[in-house]
Amino acid sequence: MIRIDSVTKRYPDGTVAVDRLSLEIPDRAITVLVGPSGCGKTTTLRMINRMVEPSEGTISIDGRDTRQQPVNTLRRSMGYVIQNAGLFQHRTIVDNIATVPRLLGWSKDRARTRARELMERVGLDASLARRYPYQLSGGQQQRVGVARALASDPPVLLMYEPFSAVDPVVRKGLQDELLRIQDELGKTIVFVTHDIDEAVKLGTMVAVLRTGGRLAQFAPPAELLTSPADAFVEDFLGADRGIRRLSFFSSAGLELLTAPIVAVDASAEQIVARATEDVPYLLVTGLDGRPLGWSEPGALTAGQVDTGRLLPCGRPFVAGRDSLRAALDCAVLSPTGWAVAVDREGRAAGVVSQAAIGEAIRGAHATDTTGTTGSAGAPDPAAVQKAAR
Amino acid sequence: MNRFFDIPSDLQHSWAGLIGLHLREALLPVLGGLVLALPLAQLCVRLRWLYPPVLWVTTVLYAIPSLAFFVVLIDYTGQTEVTVMIPLTVYTLVVLVPAIVDGVRSVPPETLAAATAMGFGPVRRYAQVQLPIAVPAIIAGLRVATVSSISLVSVGTLIGNQGALGNLLHDATIYNRPELAWNAVLTMAVLAILADALLVGVRVLLTPWMPSGTAGRGQGRGRKEAAAR
Repeated sequence: MIRIDSVTKRYPDGTVAVDRLSLEIPDRAITVLVGPSGCGKTTTLRMINRMVEPSEGTISIDGRDTRQQPVNTLRRSMGYVIQNAGLFQHRTIVDNIATVPRLLGWSKDRARTRARELMERVGLDASLARRYPYQLSGGQQQRVGVARALASDPPVLLMYEPFSAVDPVVRKGLQDELLRIQDELGKTIVFVTHDIDEAVKLGTMVAVLRTGGRLAQFAPPAELLTSPADAFVEDFLGADRGIRRLSFFSSAGLELLTAPIVAVDASAEQIVARATEDVPYLLVTGLDGRPLGWSEPGALTAGQVDTGRLLPCGRPFVAGRDSLRAALDCAVLSPTGWAVAVDREGRAAGVVSQAAIGEAIRGAHATDTTGTTGSAGAPDPAAVQKAAR
Repeated sequence: MNRFFDIPSDLQHSWAGLIGLHLREALLPVLGGLVLALPLAQLCVRLRWLYPPVLWVTTVLYAIPSLAFFVVLIDYTGQTEVTVMIPLTVYTLVVLVPAIVDGVRSVPPETLAAATAMGFGPVRRYAQVQLPIAVPAIIAGLRVATVSSISLVSVGTLIGNQGALGNLLHDATIYNRPELAWNAVLTMAVLAILADALLVGVRVLLTPWMPSGTAGRGQGRGRKEAAAR
């Protein structure tokens, strides 16, 4: 465990970057430091590997003060991922990744073999190994940055706004990739970002810091969204935290209606049989079971439905895997007010109304106890439910 | 024209011999300048306040005519090649020091931060990260220094035929043979162009990581793949 114990960083000009900060960073989990600029999150991260030395207080890893070992030994035991990747432009991708193993005295062959393993792990094509950084896209460079940090298999990973310089689509891909890698490797990750959505998505625990380097709240993301400690945290979380909190509730409990679904080649009898009082529309699927769109039963031609005239069904949610937020989003976007659920293969699994989703949300709130106790005590990563993400 | 390569015997060298001499007198000072400039530039990078005075001193030294250097040096080193090469060495600093300082400073801060965070000590970081990335800037400086040095060697003729190809200029006037002056100027120009081309070649060899020339096509490839992801 990384333990930050009443650490203060005061610069010679009197500026206090971090003010008596205490944090217990849990093992094998992602702890996100988030806050506005000037809140000391970067300084805190840099104090962990002693790129900045604390003015007061101690930082210890597994009970051992970080100042007890040579600074470069400490740094080589921690992976570091930085904004814009910070790759060595004069070295090939494979040699960039092999950097720390080489510093640790591994042979060139062993280090390169390890580097190629890691390229695969972070989803980089082996053909990129002999390329130079400028030949890669920003997203690929960032993957190299992650691979380089993992190269010597350090227990701790420090990540400094690693995904903030890439476009939103690539960023989402990198975030998902990080969560997948974390599921496999279980590193102790300290992640700095100014993006609260990123913090909520990635964090097992989230530390919100306020300007002046003081801790505002340290809690799992669901608790943060449910019961922000004060007006500052609430403000920082933004206006739609209620909606975002739904990300933590699974859609598994939704009751899906399968009756109002017909295939494109449905006969007149099937169309009549499927139309019910409850649902004013029928969902038309392709022969492969994928949803195509909505239609009023009367507007359907038996035998061959004109797919060009269907109402769009938006982006369906994956039943059980996606959250209530995705389900609600789908229902709100649908012109019929009904959300379409699909299975993991993308085949229509059922439909559900806004009203039913609303019911499920009320039910989830009633049974949810993760945040309402308001405990800000010691974090227990095992108890933090990430499955609903 | 048939006497173009007919070198007067007072120079005690063939045309090829003069070329060899010229290259030695021009290139050794560049090498010496590089050896001096590297630590000097590193000092300027580490101690920011040192850079402006160092620049000022190298500029003032560059402004001193070589003749003045000769007057002082001739008491110590005599009418020798060394007397010619010392001022030439000093002159290269005005180009090389800023070239290396700018090159080392051009290393992106996140690259330096990454190196530090991975556990590079200052010496290793300089040798394995900063210096290699500064190579293009250093070679750009070397190109200017080399070409200017090749032309400046000629002044050595003032201290008794130590100007290599430049001596031909003097002989052209005393023997009234203008073709010797043409020979000197054209040969020096060709040497300068060849030396410059050689340095460009070295740069290309040392920096396969730079996005230029054939490497540019690789970039296009990388972009396309990135778009396909």
